[in-house]
Amino acid sequence: MIILPKTEIMNPHDFTSGDYAPATESSDHISLKKSYDLFIGGKWVKAASSFDTINPATGKVIAEVSSAGKKEVNQAVKAARNAYDGEWSSISGAERGKYLFRIARLLQERAREFAVIESMDGGKPIRESRDIDVPLAAAHFFYHAGWADKLDYAFPGKKPKPLGVVGQVIPWNFPLLMAAWKIAPALACGNTVVLKPAETTPLTALKLAELLEDAELPAGVVNIISGDGETGQALVEHSGIDKVAFTGSTAVGKSIRRAVAGTDKRYTLELGGKAANIIFEDAPINEAVEGIINGIFFNQGHVCCAGSRLFVQESIADKVIRKLKKRIGTLKVGDPLDKNTDIGAINSAEQLARIKALVNAGEKEGACIWQPEGRLPRKGNWFKPTLFTDCAQSHRIVQEEIFGPVLAIQTFRTPQEAIEKANNTPYGLSGGVWTDKGSKIFKMTTSLNAGVVWANTYNKFDPTSPFGGYKESGIGREGGLHGLSAYLNI
Amino acid sequence: MSALKLAVTMLDVTTLEGADSVGKVQQMCAKAMRPLPEDSSVGPAGAVCVYPRMVKVAAKAVEGSDVNVASVATAFPSGQMRLKERLAEVRFAVGQGANEIDMVISRGQFLQGEYRAIYDEIASCKEACGEAHLKVILETGELTTYDNVRYASDIAMAAGADFIKTSTGKVPIAATLPVTLVMLQAIEDFYGETGRMVGMKPAGGISNAKLAIQYLIMVKEVLGEKWLNNQWFRFGASSLTNDLLMQIRKQETGRYQSGDYFTKD
Amino acid sequence: MDVREDFTDCLLISTSNSFVMTIKKTYKLFIGGKFPRTESGRVIEVRGKDGALLANMSQASRKDFREAVVAARKASAGWAKATAYLRGQIIYRIAEILDGRGEQFVSELVSHGLREDKAREDLARAIDLLVYYAGWSDKYQAVFSSVNPVASSHFNFSAPQPNGVVGIIAPGRGSLSALVSTLAPVIVGGNCAVVLSLQDATTAISFAEVLATSDVPAGVVNILTGKRDELGPEFARHMDVNALMLCSSDSDEKRALELEAAENLKRVSVHPNRSLKEDPYLITDFQEVKTTWHPIGV
Repeated sequence: MIILPKTEIMNPHDFTSGDYAPATESSDHISLKKSYDLFIGGKWVKAASSFDTINPATGKVIAEVSSAGKKEVNQAVKAARNAYDGEWSSISGAERGKYLFRIARLLQERAREFAVIESMDGGKPIRESRDIDVPLAAAHFFYHAGWADKLDYAFPGKKPKPLGVVGQVIPWNFPLLMAAWKIAPALACGNTVVLKPAETTPLTALKLAELLEDAELPAGVVNIISGDGETGQALVEHSGIDKVAFTGSTAVGKSIRRAVAGTDKRYTLELGGKAANIIFEDAPINEAVEGIINGIFFNQGHVCCAGSRLFVQESIADKVIRKLKKRIGTLKVGDPLDKNTDIGAINSAEQLARIKALVNAGEKEGACIWQPEGRLPRKGNWFKPTLFTDCAQSHRIVQEEIFGPVLAIQTFRTPQEAIEKANNTPYGLSGGVWTDKGSKIFKMTTSLNAGVVWANTYNKFDPTSPFGGYKESGIGREGGLHGLSAYLNI
Repeated sequence: MSALKLAVTMLDVTTLEGADSVGKVQQMCAKAMRPLPEDSSVGPAGAVCVYPRMVKVAAKAVEGSDVNVASVATAFPSGQMRLKERLAEVRFAVGQGANEIDMVISRGQFLQGEYRAIYDEIASCKEACGEAHLKVILETGELTTYDNVRYASDIAMAAGADFIKTSTGKVPIAATLPVTLVMLQAIEDFYGETGRMVGMKPAGGISNAKLAIQYLIMVKEVLGEKWLNNQWFRFGASSLTNDLLMQIRKQETGRYQSGDYFTKD
Repeated sequence: MDVREDFTDCLLISTSNSFVMTIKKTYKLFIGGKFPRTESGRVIEVRGKDGALLANMSQASRKDFREAVVAARKASAGWAKATAYLRGQIIYRIAEILDGRGEQFVSELVSHGLREDKAREDLARAIDLLVYYAGWSDKYQAVFSSVNPVASSHFNFSAPQPNGVVGIIAPGRGSLSALVSTLAPVIVGGNCAVVLSLQDATTAISFAEVLATSDVPAGVVNILTGKRDELGPEFARHMDVNALMLCSSDSDEKRALELEAAENLKRVSVHPNRSLKEDPYLITDFQEVKTTWHPIGV
C-alpha cells in the first residue's frame, strides 16, 4: 500500500458536514512571463513605463506589464494602418477567414491555460472562465471566420467594405471574451485593430497576442497595447483611426462620444446597465430562483447586463425571498481557482470600495440589507452576496449600477406595473422575465425597452446572437448578423 | 473518501430478474452485508431489494445485520393490474419479512389524468405496508416531462410516501440528475409546508462513483445534511457497488484498480 | 539481396535494393460509419492508364442503398438537433483532416489520369469548399429566416428546418471537389446524405475515410459506388428519401428520375453534371420553412 502525500491523510474530510474539500485547478502547466511588452507591428515593443498586474484573490503580483504612452499608441496605429493598406486588404475574404479559423482552433487547444490565467488575473471563478469565457471566445472567432467571405449576403443591396483601422478599448470583467468580441468581427470585415485591454486584466489579451503570432497573422493586423485610462484616451482620440469600439462605463462612454463628435469616426459603445429581472407568480419558482441567482451573482455581478433589480410579484414575494436566501447560503465565496467556488474575488480594491459605498448608501436610505453568515478570506478583495429588500425606485441602489454581487428587490402587482418600473431608467441593456405563460412572455419581451431580453433564462450569450443596449446602455450591437454592420462601410 | 463510504451505505443492492433463484439472492445478500471482504469498515449496504417470492430468503440471509429488506410489489414493473391484487402482493411481501416496499404508480392512469386514483392507490399501499416503509416509484422515464414528475412527487408525498423513487430500472430512461433535482425540490417544498421529511432514491443509470457523488452533492445542496444518510437517501444500483469499492481502494492506495480484485457477488 | 517472402508479412524490405511491396487497399462502400462490401458481391474493375489494376470497387446494389437510407434516417434526428456551431466545427474538421492527407489524394487523382497540377487544384478547391460551407452553418438561418409582422397580436417567425434524408447523385466525372461541392451544402444544413458516386472513383471512398475520422457521426454521410443507370432510379423511387440532388445533363435521365420522385413528392434539385459553385442557396434547397405563431398579451 502506497502512502499518500501528507495533506491527503492529515486532513480527512467529512462529506456530511461543513464545506467541501478544496478542488483547486492546477496552474503548474501554464506559462507566464515575468514581464510583458506591447505587441505592435508583429513585434514585442518595450514602453517607457510599466505597471504590475495583481491577483485580486491573493494581492500578489503576477507580472509586470508595459504601459503604452502617446508614442506607442501612435506606433500601433501606424502599424495597423500599414497592415491595412498592405497585406490585409490584398488577400481574399476566404483567406482572412482562414486566419480566424486558425485562431479559434488554437484557442480551443490552449483553453485550459487561458482559463487559469483569466481567473488569476481577474478574480472570476475557474468554472466560469473554463466553461463560459474561453469557449465563447473561441466560438466568436469561429463564427466570424465564416463571415469573412460572405459579407455580400449580410446586407441586401449593399457591397460592404471595411472601415480601416479600428481602436478598441475593453473592460476588466470578461477580458478575453471582450477581446474576442472586438477583434473577431473587426478582422472578419477586413479591418485592422489596435486593442487596449483593461488596466487590471491585461494578461489574457497579451497571451492572445502570442497566440496570434502562432497563427502567423500578418504583422500589424492586430496590435495589443496595455496601459491605463490615458492610453485608452490617446487611442480613442487618435486621428489615424476610422472607428472606435468601447465597452465600459456609461460615463466614459459619453466622454468618448464627445471626443468623436464632429469627426468622421464611426463608434459603437457597450455601456452599463441596471437590468430588471421580473418573476411572475406563474413562474416555475425553483428554476426562477436559480435564474435570479445566476443573474446577479454570475461573475460576482461584474456584468453590464446583470439582473440587478429583482421585481417579484407580491403574491410570491415571501416565498421567493426565502428561497433566495437559502440558495445564497449555499454559494461559496473563495479562491477563484477552486472548482467549488461560485463567487470569486472582486476585481480590484477600487471596485470593492465602490460596491461598499453604494451598499452603505442603501442601508442609509432605508432599504433592508441581508447577507449570509460566514467569514470571507482575509487577504484579497471579497464581498458577500447581498440582498436588499424594501427597496424603492428612488433608492440609489435601485438607480445606479453597483457592478457587484448586490441584488435590489422590489415587489409589483401587475404586468403593466412591472413594465413601467422596469423601463423607468436611463439604462436599457437587458432584462429578464420568468413565467410559464407563453403569451405573457411575448407581451413582456416586446414591452421591455432593452436590447437583450431573456425569458425563463438569464445571462445566455452566443456569437450568433446580437448584444447591445438601448438608451444610455450604449449604441450598436455585437455578435450576429446585426453586429457586422459596425465594422463595415455600407 | 467519506462520500464514497457514505454512498456504499446508501446502496439498495438489487436483483429483479426472471432468473432470480435462492442461490443468486443468498450470494447477493452476502455481498450486501460485507462488500469488501478484507475491510469491515466499508458498508454494509442500506438494503437488499428483491421480488416478493425471494423476500424470505433475503430476510434470512441478512438476519442480524443492519441491512434492510426491500421488496418490489404492486405488479412491478408495469403496475398494470387491479388494485386488489396489488395490495395483496404488498401484504404478502411484508408478511414474508420485508421492512421496505418499493411500489409502482399506475403511469397509464396518471397520463389519463386520473390523479385521484394515483393518490388513492398510494394511500392504500401505505396502509397495507403497516410498519414497513413505502417507496413510491414514479417511473420518471414514462412520465417524461418535469412538470409530470413534480406533480407525481407531490401526490405521492401527500398520500403518505416515505420515499419517492425515480425508476424501476426496467425502461430505457432511468434516473438523471435533472429529474432527481426536480424531485429533491419537491421534497424540500413539502418539508417546508408540512415539516415531514421524505426520502429520495434515484434508481438506474448510476453506474459509477463519480456520478453517485454528484447526486450526493445535489442532495447536500438542496436538502442539506439531514438527508445525507441511508435513512433518507438510497441509490438503486447494481454495478455501482464495485465502482465505489474500486474508488475507495484507489483513494487508499493511489492506484487505479482492476475488476479482478473485487467480488462479483 | 535479403528478401523474405512470407504471405502473412507482406511488407518486404530489402537491404540491397529499394523494392517495397505495397499493401493495396480494398475499396468498399461507406454506410453507417462503417465500410461494408456490397452484399451483391459485384465489383467494378478500375484500371490505370497503363492497364494495371488500381482497385476492385464495390458495385453497390439496391439493397446496399436500402441499408444506407436506414443508416441515414437513424442519424438524421441527432444531426438535425446538433447545434449549428457543432456542425460547423465538424465540417471544418473534415477540411483539417483532408488537408493533412492531401498528398494521398493528389497521387490517387493522378493515378486516375489527372495531371498533377490539376490534382492539386482539385484538392485545394475541395478543402476551400468545406471551409466555406462550415462557415455557413450558423449563419444561413439569420440570412434566410424572418420575423413576420402579422396584422394581429402574434409573435410570428419563419425559420429553415432540414429536409431529413437527401439522396445525392454526384457529378459524373470523378473529381474530389465535385463530390464535396454537392455534399457539403446538404449536410451543413442538418440533413443526412446518401451519395451515389461515379463508379470508378476511388477518391470518393478515400474521402469516406476522411469522414470516418473527422468526428462526423455515423450515418450522416453514406457513400455508394455503383452504376448510375441501375441505382439512380432507386434513389428516386425510395419512399423514405425526402429530397434528391441530381447532377445530370441527360434530359432523359432527368425526366425518368423526376417521374419516380413524384410518388412521395421528393424535393428535387437538378444541377449540371459538374462541380457546383459556392452558393448558400444550395443549402436552402434542402430546407423546409417552418412558421410558428404565438399570441402576445396577458
